[in-house]
Amino acid sequence: MTVLDADGERLLVAVRSVLAAKGIATPAEIAERIAITDRANPGQGARMVARAWIEPEFRALMLSDGTRAAESMGIPMRGAPPLGVLENTAEVHHLVVCTLCSCYPRAVLGYPPFWFKSAAYRARAVRDPRGVIAEWGTELPPDVKVRVVDSTADYRWMVLPRRPAGTETWSAERLAAIVREGDMIGVTVPTPG
Amino acid sequence: MLAPGARVRVRSDWPEFRAPAHIRTPHYVRGLTGEVVRHLGDFANPEDLAFARPAAVRALYHVRFDMAAIWQEADRNGAANDVLVEIFDHWLEAAP
Repeated sequence: MTVLDADGERLLVAVRSVLAAKGIATPAEIAERIAITDRANPGQGARMVARAWIEPEFRALMLSDGTRAAESMGIPMRGAPPLGVLENTAEVHHLVVCTLCSCYPRAVLGYPPFWFKSAAYRARAVRDPRGVIAEWGTELPPDVKVRVVDSTADYRWMVLPRRPAGTETWSAERLAAIVREGDMIGVTVPTPG
Repeated sequence: MLAPGARVRVRSDWPEFRAPAHIRTPHYVRGLTGEVVRHLGDFANPEDLAFARPAAVRALYHVRFDMAAIWQEADRNGAANDVLVEIFDHWLEAAP
């Protein structure tokens, strides 16, 4: 029998035992890591976006070093790949995809939506991004360039969407509540509810 | 170190046809010319890490490609869309 034929649960128990026996990772450390992964959710990224809309200094930090920006808001980033943030403007709209697998900024957005890992999304996003986002009802002005970000290596990417008009007086909490995971992937744009 | 704006060509190499391989350079940009946007940092080469081999640290770049040039078709939407891809330096060579 090869490792590929092994029963998953038994294999997991065996690997965890070996990690503990060799002093690589204790059961408590593994439990903590699982808890951090389970707690991560798009609300964390949304809080970062709302703060970047309000505070120019935070926006600058977020665009230059996403990992530090996330840590400064109490989001655990230790052991996570570096976070890059790309800002949508009046000229450029970003759309994130991982054509090779399913790289996703889990530390700030949580588990990816099911379609992010689908072969259809991964294949179509790099060739017909406007056609793909139109299926979410997202229409961009024709002169806006779509920049597809293929997440192929060590970084994880999230989008800083544009702040919707009419939200100038809103609090950070109210702003964060309208930012959805799709807005930070680029398939949708935030709309004041 | 490649400077932002440098024109680079992705090597037209296909290691996956020679031996088991783990490659982070998408097939659709191999052999194509793009433009360095910025140096992202230096990381251990995942092509070796995946096989638990000693991995050299390599420079990683964000490289921009025009979408119309990749797919050799008119851009489907008029605007000049493009693609940003993370590519390690050993896949890049200077382009005219």
